[in-house]
Amino acid sequence: MSMLAAPTFSIDEFLQQEREKDLLRFSTAGSVDDGKSTLIGRLLYDTQSVYEDQVRSIEGKGTTAPGQIDFALLTDGLRAEREQGITIDVAYRYFSTARRKFIIADTPGHEQYTRNMATGASTADAAVVLIDASKGVLIQSRRHAYIASLLRVRHVLVAVNKMDLIGYDEAAFRAIEADFSAVLDQIAADTGNPVERIVVPVSALKGDNIVHKSNAMDWYKGPSLLELLETVPPSVDTRTAPFRFPVQRVLRPDHTFRGFAGQIASGTIRSGDAITVLPSGRSARVERIVTWDGDLTEAIAPLSVTLVLDRELDISRGDLVVSSETPATVSKSAKAALVWMDQRPLELHRRYLLKHTSQTVPVFVTSIGHRTDLGTLNHEPARTLHMNDIGSVTVNLLRPIALDAYEENRSTGAFILVDAETNGTVAAGMISAAYSETAAGAPLLADAWGPLTAGEKEARWGHRGAILELKGPKELVDAIERSLFAAGAVPVRIEAGDDAFVLHPSLLEIATALQVRAGLLALVVDANEASTLIARIEGREAIVNAADMRDADDTDDANDARRAGKAVAAVHQLLRDAGVFISSEMAGL
Amino acid sequence: MPAAETQTGPQSPHVTGNAPPRLSHLRLLEAESIHILREVASEFERPVMLYSVGKDSSVMLRLAQKAFYPAPIPFPLLHVDTGFKFAEMLTFRDEMARSIGAELLVWRNEQAIAAGTNPIALDTKRCCGLLKTQALLDALRHYNFDAAFGGARRDEEKSRAKERIYSFRDSAGQWDPKNQRPELWNLYNARIHPGESIRVFPLSNWTEMDVWQYIHEEKIPVVDLYFAKERPMYVRGDELLPIEQSFVARLGEQPQMVKSRLRSLGCSPCTGAIRSDAETIPAIISELISFRSSERANRAIDHDQEGSMEIKKREGYF
Repeated sequence: MSMLAAPTFSIDEFLQQEREKDLLRFSTAGSVDDGKSTLIGRLLYDTQSVYEDQVRSIEGKGTTAPGQIDFALLTDGLRAEREQGITIDVAYRYFSTARRKFIIADTPGHEQYTRNMATGASTADAAVVLIDASKGVLIQSRRHAYIASLLRVRHVLVAVNKMDLIGYDEAAFRAIEADFSAVLDQIAADTGNPVERIVVPVSALKGDNIVHKSNAMDWYKGPSLLELLETVPPSVDTRTAPFRFPVQRVLRPDHTFRGFAGQIASGTIRSGDAITVLPSGRSARVERIVTWDGDLTEAIAPLSVTLVLDRELDISRGDLVVSSETPATVSKSAKAALVWMDQRPLELHRRYLLKHTSQTVPVFVTSIGHRTDLGTLNHEPARTLHMNDIGSVTVNLLRPIALDAYEENRSTGAFILVDAETNGTVAAGMISAAYSETAAGAPLLADAWGPLTAGEKEARWGHRGAILELKGPKELVDAIERSLFAAGAVPVRIEAGDDAFVLHPSLLEIATALQVRAGLLALVVDANEASTLIARIEGREAIVNAADMRDADDTDDANDARRAGKAVAAVHQLLRDAGVFISSEMAGL
Repeated sequence: MPAAETQTGPQSPHVTGNAPPRLSHLRLLEAESIHILREVASEFERPVMLYSVGKDSSVMLRLAQKAFYPAPIPFPLLHVDTGFKFAEMLTFRDEMARSIGAELLVWRNEQAIAAGTNPIALDTKRCCGLLKTQALLDALRHYNFDAAFGGARRDEEKSRAKERIYSFRDSAGQWDPKNQRPELWNLYNARIHPGESIRVFPLSNWTEMDVWQYIHEEKIPVVDLYFAKERPMYVRGDELLPIEQSFVARLGEQPQMVKSRLRSLGCSPCTGAIRSDAETIPAIISELISFRSSERANRAIDHDQEGSMEIKKREGYF
């Protein structure tokens, strides 16, 4: 910054220049050994983005030679990190040059921090991948490049560091460059996201090719790392992409104004444009684009604005406003790449909450296609995903949402999964294919439909198919049926005493078998006048003796209610024991 | 919205002329912050905005006006008053809340104030603990707030560089830096159990320079203490200490008139001034460019010991 404070400095010129600066977000990943912290410290120090008191506070500390500043200490923020000499979490750093403002997402490089790398990459326009020249291409560099590609970070700047340790040798550099290029091609083929890469030889410790071009490597004719960062195109230009506007909030200060507040996720909107609201599919035109600074005739992503429409539509938070010409897919089922981030592994058919744009929807992961080994890029079959695993899964939502593929749209194609019990963020997801809901349209994205699986049905009902036999007083059977229905189950009641079944006992078997195959909970009921309820499922049995529960001092209604409550609880426990419910929340009811 | 009308003009700051529209870094930061403000207002039951009267709070407040326009700001402002804030700050605070029609809550740890808590009688760490952290936690609990906006920025301090935008706090208000929720894209996890809360930092990605440029571009009013003028100060070497509270004076110490200003606003006994001629915002920006010290270098409370901000934050400080 102080490079601008020349004698001819004019504040007006400076402010004008600042007004034109854009913003580049980039991620780095690595550990202390490969010099990542040193590289960042060097970038900050050489662009004069570090204050004197911050430098003073680390002088004489650290592990570098006397008189040399240990730049790593500028970036390790937490006490545990300084004590252990490692980077644990994502840290964000800021610097700017005359051309651009930068935000660095500085992330650790070890395998156990894959999730932090993904976090850093999720908002990055570019990734600086470090390779230790004295060691060649290691798994850490591959992993970071893979995650950058998976999260669609467009530009990968490869810094081959510690060139000073190998005598600034061009041949060694070219060999690494060729090796890593092959790796990047392999990665791009796997993720389907092309990676634009540039390879630079640097020494963070000595400052070669970080900010200033190095004299030690005449053979390298390209720009320094900072020059590259200053010139790569910023965030993927989404102005020409289809218009997407997730509604965050309905603003209704009085009866004369009704506006929909949100941040434009992609594309451009002009007043008069035809829009469609998803998932409802209703259409309108944009009448006004309202901001505090006055109405706009046109607004582009990623501005936060408020839209007023020319007619009254029922719109609420979570709806997606799209251009009528290029709508998004409305779907309850999607294929996605998942980065698992929680200690507790993924449980198929367990209920998670999916947060996508401005809405949260219950969801089940119904199948795992594969897990990707980041070392070999092999796809392996997997029964679950553990922390830091990356895999391909199918998710079934309990409510349709409007979405795009992540490769088309980094905003409407992304989601997180939240554990409904712990409230932790357990996974990051990138949609690779969605199955269209509209009967008329073919699936928007190419993928096989295949026969409907049992897992998919279970995901929808929240339980598997089973036969529950109930024998006892009618009012208790009714209460049980109602309670299951209230919990979201799909019980289908058959009276075993039905004439048809008495005449043709095999019919009962066929009917219930069909119900079970459809994932329904078949209730085979034999209502009688006995005071005891007997419930049976797959060899398990529960007996509730209603007569025991009469309290002579209580009213009949209270006695009935207590009896019903007892019977319902016993049957729910029986179903839990038999493993019928796949959703823990439903099982809790 | 009295302040609003004066700045609403026909020319849009967002898109210029016929050139392909390109958004400046300030527009991008503004759009991101507004998105955060709207998410919190929509996902929490009782959010509150911590309003400290400083420059960052002033920017945050303007962003809140923008986020919900033409509706009013849908949450109250909360000022934690330690009793040691500059008189000018309190006047400015009340006038600001009144002019934009916001609901203002003020909370003081009256018990500790009555007991004579001050940073000289106690050390700064314990003083902050009682008058700021404790008062804040009490206020949040008293009003049952489940989300609290703060104007902290990641560029301010090393441990703040690791903060999430939604910073989860347990039922005691504590921060666990080693066990933070991953935060991807702009998808914020607002789920909490009863008693837990989230601190939200809409200005996370702003720098001190961004804040001043935005104040300049948007003509946002700030407290006069930020601008240089002749003020009585106790001069101790390089340090300038405002005379606001008499107890800070050392034996025989006489104040001198010094042309000075405050770079960040805190409690008067612990906030040093700097010598400065910057009487306007461009002059402040110009001064900032030549600065080689971070803005919190003059805040005694950050330097009590190595990692002191992290320790305070773990205990519930912002």
